[in-house]
Amino acid sequence: MATLILRRILIAIPTLFLVSLFVFALQRALPGDPFLVIAGEERDAEVIARLREIYRMDDPIFVQFFAWLGQVVQGDFGRSLRTGEPVLNLILQKLPVTIQLATASILVAIAIGIPIGILAARRKGTVVDYSASAVALSGLSIPNFWFGIMLILLVSVHLKWLPASGYESIFVDPWEAIQRLIMPAFVLGNGLAAFLMRHTRSAMLEVLRSDYVRTARAKGLDEDTVIHRHALRNALVPIITLTTLLFGELLAGAVLTEQVFTIPGFGKLIVDAVFNRDYGVVQGVVLCTAIGFILMNLLADVLYILVNPRLRTG
Amino acid sequence: MASLDSISSAGASAGVTARPGVFARLLRNKSALIGGSIVLVFVLMALLAPILPLADPFKSNFLAIRKPPSELYWFGTDELGRDQVSRLFFGAQASLLAGIVSVLIAVAIGLPFGLIAGWYGGWIDIVISRVTEALLACPFLILAIAFAAVLGPSLTNAMIAIGLSAVPIFIRLIRGQVMSVKAEDFVEGARAVGARDARLMFCHVLPNTLSPIVVQSTLFMAQAIILEAALSFLGLGQQPPAPSWGQMLNVAKNFMEQAPWMSVAPGICIFLAVLGFNLLGDGLRDALDPKEN
Repeated sequence: MATLILRRILIAIPTLFLVSLFVFALQRALPGDPFLVIAGEERDAEVIARLREIYRMDDPIFVQFFAWLGQVVQGDFGRSLRTGEPVLNLILQKLPVTIQLATASILVAIAIGIPIGILAARRKGTVVDYSASAVALSGLSIPNFWFGIMLILLVSVHLKWLPASGYESIFVDPWEAIQRLIMPAFVLGNGLAAFLMRHTRSAMLEVLRSDYVRTARAKGLDEDTVIHRHALRNALVPIITLTTLLFGELLAGAVLTEQVFTIPGFGKLIVDAVFNRDYGVVQGVVLCTAIGFILMNLLADVLYILVNPRLRTG
Repeated sequence: MASLDSISSAGASAGVTARPGVFARLLRNKSALIGGSIVLVFVLMALLAPILPLADPFKSNFLAIRKPPSELYWFGTDELGRDQVSRLFFGAQASLLAGIVSVLIAVAIGLPFGLIAGWYGGWIDIVISRVTEALLACPFLILAIAFAAVLGPSLTNAMIAIGLSAVPIFIRLIRGQVMSVKAEDFVEGARAVGARDARLMFCHVLPNTLSPIVVQSTLFMAQAIILEAALSFLGLGQQPPAPSWGQMLNVAKNFMEQAPWMSVAPGICIFLAVLGFNLLGDGLRDALDPKEN
């Protein structure tokens, strides 16, 4: 098992290297001279020359790349061209906001997607199954930013039940945080719930057809015991690993959800950076996202090995 | 083809039911029929927009600012008094164009790389696969935002950004298909009679990988429409005053309390168009998959 995990980690290294190469190329492809932005309105030639020296712009491109990579490895993702603040600090400030939203969304997705998926599998070919599939397809087709606007219109503007926007940390004011979190978490979790529902349904159908489930039924066990004690445990194995792979979807969805609900998180950071032409931040955020995504993939692989007895012992 | 037809008719006469054609199977598939009909409505909307007697989608009317839906303005007017119906029809052009162009970009780049990686294998495959994995490591929308940041905000650049960010998906799909088809006996047979690599790749392997590419392209159309709407919603796609559904929502969110109708219709259009392509893609997959029949 340790060899298998080590092999997965080794495979992730060239991917990480290529991602950093891609982000570096992206930075070099950006239009305009970023140093004119850093140098400010005066555009002092001496300042620009000094900046070019700091960023080693006159060195060959591969020297520039490896110098930059060396900094990244040490945790230096560059600085914001606007404020001069280290990008990593900015990301670390915004990340808890998005993590709070992402966690709540995953909980919503699990609470809706898995039970409906199980129900659809148990009632395969009935109205319940068709309705669940229709709801899942609609969930996958609805643009979450529009769904957010519609919820704000209904719940905040008309019914005045919940605040329309803003953020509060769950550790500072839990009640206020939950109130502000319900709608965005539901919006972001809706698409993921549809995804989980589809996969839970097919995983359950596969397990329900297996020999050991037939044996459990033949032993005279009641259907609830067969489902919960035997089928569900095995059907959930791929679902657990799949949930870790939703990280990318969550981050992408958070960009739009945070924009609709004015949540000052990771997604809003990248959108604001694009509009402020703060390429340092855009580059840092893309790199951090890719690293996070690769690590989550790695975690999914390791989890799969850990929960799968055949791989664990083999 | 003649020999294939004769085999098929021989099979039928021997009591074996002939397999219906793809089109007949599509017509029998409810999902494909509903999806295809929805898509057709939007295609007609986009094509007929310049011909139909609609109000000018660009012309402001300061006497009709933010009018609610009425007999004169079915879906109301926007913050500059422009008719929402007219802007929805012209917005359909932007959404469908974004879908088509980005799919074409993704296939045009993904196809040769996927074909080469799958066919030749070895170090070429390793290099292409590693680059593909690296690009897949970045979430779709974030990658599209990064490309849009480099290229600048416009509908054309949004389409390029969406297309580029989908390239790795198509490379991976085509590579996998080529790898499975190249091991088939008919490819070995063609090689044995002296066919060269280019002929084998383009005349024997490629035609047999088209079905999943068509299905993936249809499903990706749905994703491209959402992505274009998302980029326009963020201000990185279609720029005002030109209409697109996402850009209409971007403006509408500022007038949620004063003019809620501005948000409703563009969102429904995006939802239905995406649903249509998803249903059509699912139906195509069933119709083109021999195992289903």
